[in-house]
Amino acid sequence: MEFFDIFLLEAVLNGILLGGLLALLSLGLNLIFGVIDVVWICYAEMIMIGMYAVYALHVQQHWPLLAAMAGGIASVALLGALMHQFVIRPVLGAEPINQLLVTGGVLFFLQAAATLAFGIEFRNLGVKLPPVAIGEMSFSFPRLIAFAVAVGGVAATYLFLTRSYVGTAIRAISQDRAIMPLMGVNPGRIFVVTSALGGALAGLSACLLVLQYDIHPAIGLSFGPITFLICVLGGLGNMLGGLVAAFIFAQFISVGGYLFAIEWGYVIAFVFFIAVMFWRPQGILGGK
Amino acid sequence: MLELTDVSAGYGSFQALFGVSLEVRAGESVAVIGPNGAGKTTLLRAISKLIELSAGEVTMEGRSLKRVPAHEVIAHGISQVPENRRLFPRLTVEENLKMGAFLPAARAKFLERREFVYSLFPRMQERRAQLAGTLSGGEQQMCAIGRALMSGPKLLLLDEPSAGLAPVIVQSIMQMVKRICAEGYTVLIVEQNIRQVLKVADRAYLLETGRIKSSGTSAELLASDEIRKAYLGI
Amino acid sequence: MKYLLLALLAGTPFYGIGNYPLHLVIMCLLWGYVYTSWSIMGRLGLVSFGHGAFLGIGAYSVVMLWNHFGVSPWIGAVAGVAVSAVVAVIIGLPCFRFKIVGHYFALVTLALSEVTRLVIVALRDQTGGSLGATPNTALAQGNAASLSALQFSDRIVWFYAILAFWLAGLWVWAKVDRGMTRLALEAISQEEEAAASIGINVTRSKLFVTLISAMMTSLGGVLYAQYQLYINPETVSGIGISLQMVFGVIAGGMYVMLGPTVGAVFTLLLAEGLRLALGDAFKQFPALDLAIYGLMLVLFIIYMPKGILGTAADAWHRHAPARAPARG
Repeated sequence: MEFFDIFLLEAVLNGILLGGLLALLSLGLNLIFGVIDVVWICYAEMIMIGMYAVYALHVQQHWPLLAAMAGGIASVALLGALMHQFVIRPVLGAEPINQLLVTGGVLFFLQAAATLAFGIEFRNLGVKLPPVAIGEMSFSFPRLIAFAVAVGGVAATYLFLTRSYVGTAIRAISQDRAIMPLMGVNPGRIFVVTSALGGALAGLSACLLVLQYDIHPAIGLSFGPITFLICVLGGLGNMLGGLVAAFIFAQFISVGGYLFAIEWGYVIAFVFFIAVMFWRPQGILGGK
Repeated sequence: MLELTDVSAGYGSFQALFGVSLEVRAGESVAVIGPNGAGKTTLLRAISKLIELSAGEVTMEGRSLKRVPAHEVIAHGISQVPENRRLFPRLTVEENLKMGAFLPAARAKFLERREFVYSLFPRMQERRAQLAGTLSGGEQQMCAIGRALMSGPKLLLLDEPSAGLAPVIVQSIMQMVKRICAEGYTVLIVEQNIRQVLKVADRAYLLETGRIKSSGTSAELLASDEIRKAYLGI
Repeated sequence: MKYLLLALLAGTPFYGIGNYPLHLVIMCLLWGYVYTSWSIMGRLGLVSFGHGAFLGIGAYSVVMLWNHFGVSPWIGAVAGVAVSAVVAVIIGLPCFRFKIVGHYFALVTLALSEVTRLVIVALRDQTGGSLGATPNTALAQGNAASLSALQFSDRIVWFYAILAFWLAGLWVWAKVDRGMTRLALEAISQEEEAAASIGINVTRSKLFVTLISAMMTSLGGVLYAQYQLYINPETVSGIGISLQMVFGVIAGGMYVMLGPTVGAVFTLLLAEGLRLALGDAFKQFPALDLAIYGLMLVLFIIYMPKGILGTAADAWHRHAPARAPARG
């Protein structure tokens, strides 16, 4: 059959795998915005720090890989909490632009810190896993793992937010911040916990990315803007919307990249984004 | 149990309460009545430390609340049902109750307190998986009161429970409140609907433009000329 | 007083300060111009994180048309400005019609600058991709200047050209500030419905200001390309330069006419100062200026959100209320 292109199918499936990862990426950002009403412009850079943390622990300090990853997640969670406490808290009442800029400053700072600590050569975790073949299609093993873990991460976050007391409080505070003290909830502390959770999700994303890609202080630029766009596409702050948008976006990137060249896949996805902004500016699942 | 001594409070440069003193003894149900804008809601916000006092003192069981931050007031046994219910609209009824039991001490007792709330408000048990924003006015009030009870408070503050509700519903709400009092809870209700609330409360204070004008038992106040002329239209 | 200072400034090439410092002054004026162009939109609440797009379009239009088609940069500039205008409308119209502001607007514009950068990189066969591009020289055989190719080997010429643009930029800033549009836009940035109700066409006004800002920035890209004679996607497009623009303006003071210029000076002096202070150590600690830059941005936003000049202006007004009429 001429119409069935096995490599097109491979691209579609790779798109799904990519979608899972992008979904995890978008979750942290949406969580922070949905609850605290702040956009972490430096989100991708925080992931980059997480990647370096895993590298440093595993390659330089010779920790076992899983322990290094746990360390990576913990360090970005800490970074998130500290950033909220010292950088974001002072500007919580200010205009959104100030909050964007302050995290922009953190973006530069993190890039610089990584450069100072690790230099500008590309680093790699050095983990080599053979590709998985299904028929004529071949998939990268790390990518399959990343998809599985990402789905697990999303599920775990869902359970945390719906089952636990703190998770329910996090959802509650985004609906009515003023009465939280009446429940015995310290709003400031919930924000810090939320920030730590957002950081942890970024850290988890870092673990998955570091398996597949080289590390460089500027790699934040390669997936940061995409993550923002996915969140806006799905409705900023809407976690479910982000998941949906992630899969759609990933398909554009993957199939577009297969049909044309890699960069064009991204360009097409971006153009799609702008087109959606025309049609439905608040995002696919965004409210007013 | 609760004592307010010479309390003054307000919002920025606008002062709403001027030297208010009152007390609520254990097991009592006390009402604070008065017209719109008298400062009744401000009073409850001051007790819950949602706003700071500019003068005076609030003590609960002898302990001053001066240095207690807003989110620790509930740990002192004071729980408030805010004005307009203020449920979390996109959480279910049960999740709202869960938020009421956020205190670690309350979490341990979650199941038994939830049963109590459901026995008071069977309708809530029916609707427990329903989003709170979709409940009717009266149901929301039930849910809000239930949420405040989940922490096992010693003192329950109710801010205008009748606001925005039809008279029939108001009556049933007041019955609930009466039953809560009967269960032994100490209650401080702030209300505009004088007739209804005086049926439930043992005593009442009249608050006008931030000052206590008079006080007494419900019977006394119902009989007083002042109240009858100004508020009951008699 | 102002004119005295201006005259002093105009004489700079003749003070014998040397080639490199003159280059720095030119850069201050150039980026001052670009930042001022950005701030025309920014001060009215339309904070764009995408001006890198217009800068890049201007720069690459000029260089690409010249290198591939021999089209004079004068015409290339017009083309670049035109494309920027079209892009500004394409993005601006739906955003303003649907009242997209704040975070959303910032992120949409961010997308724009990133698309631009990606297109430039994707077209690497034409643009040279990440390696950058250089306009083919028209100055062979001892030619010191080529007006048609807009290339001058003498820095002095560039000094005056860019000085002129800088002044023009300030003039436009002032005109927009004084015009009806500005009152309208301030009203709009506070209360859209109220402004609309008294007949101010909100969308049209916003679009107008956006167009001006985009076209001016685009010209800045043209100037940069022709002066530096080297461009690459990271320096003239993308989120990095876009953020830098915003920071520069905020640091200097967004609501004051000379604020963006002060911001440009500040940014440049910071980088230069660090380079001088650290000397060789700078080689050992790459990106230290970026670290300090980021730190300063954070500190500025938290403690001096009105920027250097803005905070100074506030202090001035507080101490001398009778002298300066309050700025709206």
